This record gives sequence, C-alpha cells and structure tokens, in this order.
Amino acid sequence: MSKKLNLRERYQRMTRDLAWEPTYQSKKDIYPQMDFEGIKIHDWDKWEDPFRLTMDSYWKYQAEKEKKLYSIIDAFAQNNGHLNVTDARYINALKLFLTGVSPLEYAAHRGFAMVGRQFAGVGTQVACQMQSIDELRHVQTQVHTISHYNKYFNGFHDFRHMHDRVWYLSVPKSFFDDAMSAGPFEFITAISFSFEYVLTNLLFMPFMSGAAYNGDMATVTFGFSAQSDESRHMTLGLEVIKFMVEQDPDNIPIVQGWIDKWFWRGYRLLTLVGMMMDYMLPKRVMSWREAWEIYFEQNGGALFEDLERYGLRMPKYWEQTIEGKDHISHQAWSIFYNYTHAAAFHTWIPEDEELDWLSSKYPDTFDKYYRPRYEHWREQAEAGNRFYNPTLPMLCQTCQIPMGFTEPGDPTTIGFRQSDFEDNRYHFCSDGCKDIFDNEPQKYCQAWMPVHQIYQGNCGGATVPEVLDWYHLKFGIDNFDYADSPDRKNWQAWKGLGDEAGADQEGEAAA
Amino acid sequence: MAEAKNMVYLALQNNEDARGIIEAIEEDNPHAEINHFPAMVKIDAKGKLVVNKATVEEKIGREWDPQEIHVSLISLSGNVVEEDDSFAVVRDN
Repeated sequence: MSKKLNLRERYQRMTRDLAWEPTYQSKKDIYPQMDFEGIKIHDWDKWEDPFRLTMDSYWKYQAEKEKKLYSIIDAFAQNNGHLNVTDARYINALKLFLTGVSPLEYAAHRGFAMVGRQFAGVGTQVACQMQSIDELRHVQTQVHTISHYNKYFNGFHDFRHMHDRVWYLSVPKSFFDDAMSAGPFEFITAISFSFEYVLTNLLFMPFMSGAAYNGDMATVTFGFSAQSDESRHMTLGLEVIKFMVEQDPDNIPIVQGWIDKWFWRGYRLLTLVGMMMDYMLPKRVMSWREAWEIYFEQNGGALFEDLERYGLRMPKYWEQTIEGKDHISHQAWSIFYNYTHAAAFHTWIPEDEELDWLSSKYPDTFDKYYRPRYEHWREQAEAGNRFYNPTLPMLCQTCQIPMGFTEPGDPTTIGFRQSDFEDNRYHFCSDGCKDIFDNEPQKYCQAWMPVHQIYQGNCGGATVPEVLDWYHLKFGIDNFDYADSPDRKNWQAWKGLGDEAGADQEGEAAA
Repeated sequence: MAEAKNMVYLALQNNEDARGIIEAIEEDNPHAEINHFPAMVKIDAKGKLVVNKATVEEKIGREWDPQEIHVSLISLSGNVVEEDDSFAVVRDN
C-alpha cells in the first residue's frame, strides 16, 4: 500500500472495494436471511464504520496483543502465579467465569461467522469477520488459563461437557443459543448492542479489576486483552442500531422490541456477575450496586439519551433494575448456598468483615432482608445443620434461573408469572421474562430445562451423585462448602497455613 | 437516574504502553476526570474526549499511529471519530 493513502482511502480500498456485484446469482439467493425478520435495508453503502480498521492493521495489532498476553501467561505459569492469589476461595469466581463465560466466547465466534456470511454489505461482513476471529482468540486464551488452574484446583476439568449439562450453566448457554437461533439482525442487536455495548462492561471491567486486586494476573491479562477487542465490538453494536433505524422507520419498533428483550435477558444473566462481585472476591473493588450505577445508569443513560433522536427509548423494565440492584446479588448467592451440593464450585457464608462491607454497600436492604438470613444459616451450620435444599427448584422458562427473585416493591415475596401455551403451563420469574416468552412461545416452549430433564430421567438418574456423575462432577470434591473442600486443604498445605497436612503436590485436582 | 447528560469515557490499561496516551488525554482534555482502578484507568468527560497523535508522540518520543490505541484500550463510551491525526469519542446532545 502506498503511504500516501489516508485512513479513509485505505479503508475504502481495503474493505469496501472487496465487494462486487454478483451476476450469476440473485442477491436474494446469496443472502437468503435478509428479509424474514422484517428489517428493511435500502442501501448498504450507508453503513458507517466507526473504526476504519483494515485487515492488515487488524493482524498487526492483534499479533501485538497476543504476544503480550502469552508472555504474561507463560510467566504466570513459570512462577506458580496461582499461589499469589489472595486466597484459594477466590478461585471459585474464576470457576464460574471460565465454565460459564468462556464457552460463550466460542459461541460468539460461531455466531459472527454465521451472520457475517448473511449480511449483504461488505463493511458489515468485514466487521463480523474480525469479531469472529476475536472471539476465537478469546476462547483460546481462556482455555490456556483454564489449563493452568486445572492443574491445581478442582472444577475446571471438563468445561465443555459441563456447559451443555450443568443446571446453572444452562443460564449463559441458553442466552447465547437464543441469540444464535434468531435471525442475523436480531443476533447482532442482541450480542453487539444489548450485550456488548450496554452490558459487557459490567462483566469485564469490575470483574477484571477485581481479578487484578486479588493477584490473578492470568485472568486480568486475558480479560483486558479480550476487552480491548470489545471496544471495537461495542462500536459495531452502536453502528448496527443506528444503521437499521436510519434505513427505514419501519425498523424502529422491531429494533426497540429486540432491545427490550435482550436488555432483560442480559440483565438476568449478569446476576451471576453481581454475585461474583459481592460475594466471591476476597478483596472487593466495588459492589454490584455501584457497578450498575456507573455502567448502566450513567453510561447506559447517556447512550439512550443519545438514541432518542432515532426514536428509541430506554429498554422496557429498566426501572425494575434500579430497584433490583439492591437485591439480586444477595438472592443469587442464597440460591447457590442452597444448591452448592450440585454445583462445580464452592460456597460459604461471608465472614463478619464481609457482612459489614455488604451492610455498608447496601444500607437500605442488607441488614433488613439478607444479613439475618446469613447469620441464621451460619448458626445452623455451626450447630451441625448445614442446610442443603433437597428439592429441585422451579426454573424460569426464559432465563432458566431458579425462581428466587422477588416482586418489584415487595422484597419478601417471590416473583411469579405464568402463561399457558398449547396444553402446557409455563412459569416465569418476572414480567420481562414472561413478555419474552409470550412474544415467541413456540420458541421458548422448546427450551432444555435442566430441572425438567432431571425429573424426566434424562440426566443420569434420580439422585444427586448420579446427576453429578452425568455432569462429570466429582461428588465430595467439586461441590459443597469451601471450608471442607480439597481446594482449601491443598491451599493451606501449599501456603503453610496451619493444621492441614497431606495435600498432594499437584493437589487432588488431577481429574 | 444518576447524572447522565452526554458523558463519554475511555478506559485504558494501566501500563507502560498506555501511560503516554493517558498523559496526552489529560493535557488535551482539561475537563476530563481521571479515575484509577486496579490495572485500569478510566477517563470520564462531558461531550468529548480526544487523543491527539501529536501530543502522544511528544509524550512517548516516537511516531504513534492513533490506531495503536487498540492495543491499550479496554472500553469506551460515545460515538467514535477516527482520523489520521486523532481519535475521539463524542456525544453531542
């Protein structure tokens, strides 16, 4: 390339000029999925790339990121970096992230390859191609991190298998499957806009800062390296929205409907992140409530003010998230504390100092609704009555989270909605989830619900050990409280912390 | 609803590569607020944040292509304006 080309010209030559007008086949046959969602595109040339990144620069900068990343991961492994995390308890946050989120990176890789093939404009195709490659890079870097931690800690050994089977992993899995089984315009609205632009900061920024604060360099490194691609993905999401609504006013209500749906889906999914931030980090950076205020209320608020000129408004039910920010992380941790005997990570009751932190971060709700509950459970556990819920929970048909969220305006009553479709009745945790079902019942009635599947006899048997075996989880090793776990026993031995003798050199994790 | 009116931000890694960029932003955007987090620096401002090629080059003492920001950028909010000699995020309502 000539040095004299400026950014715009280079982008024009290296991206837009790659397209051609087909002559042997009609565009309709080449791009068969362009019409069925009802989105009308009149001129793909109106697509404005916010980042004028060409493939040659893309490879150059990505290679630089990779070089940095792998040298840190190498150094981390060589120096036994896992021993420098604040506490082995922290690793449980990582277990949830790496088994829950990493497979989504792979799903995103597939998803963007699929929609990149379907969009009829070359700018969009190239942006999707880059994102597809980014996502593949992300899952690879995360598998390297899994590989390191798997040598020393339990629960990482079969993340792919687990992702398709374990009850709580169906929450992230079904989120992405829902997007991938939609059309290309809905997929890109769901993932690029609602998830990447509006919500992904809540996943990566506070959580990765938390990892840094807790001495986990491997996670910080893959996290921020992935996030550096994310700013490209986010701007793609914003461009997609502007492009669709500018192309035809008929697109506005369709796009608004998708924003409503995917905001709510993403909000429910991020409950798991809220729980990680408030309960699973030994050293905490900020509360879920604070993160929601910064990244959704402030940043999302500015975004939707900006989008008003296009006829778009804040996502439906956003007001409920403002009330929910004081509750959802506590409700989710309570669910996992009840069901940790069936999970691939450990739980615990927060220490007094942590309860005090939660009281100070949640002055309106924690002491009133949640602290007494934890103190009661702790008392019971100390008296030898650690409570594990023996009954499988009712799940929301849409988000697949156990029905433990409370009613707006009434934090002592569990939220409950239902819809009848054909000959069955379906249950929901909220108006948001019910609306999503009611809009496409024939889609959501087919959801693979982990609890239903267990009761139907499709998950290895009727007892917890049989189901765990089918999940490929090791009963007594991967599950139950952190206090009694082999992970803790090993950690105490490695760090020379007192009475715990007899841990293996490589831990008991060599599953 | 917290104060939202036309805020933009850039979040960069807190490392050697990004330091010059952060200093350049500080110098060219007196209205910006710099917030330090573990491993990350988040710069918030009303309306606009600009990263000028010339200022970054002065800070780091070598040629710098604004697209190099991709290597250090963690996240952003606002409409991206990418030029040969600058990189900006803007929200002008």
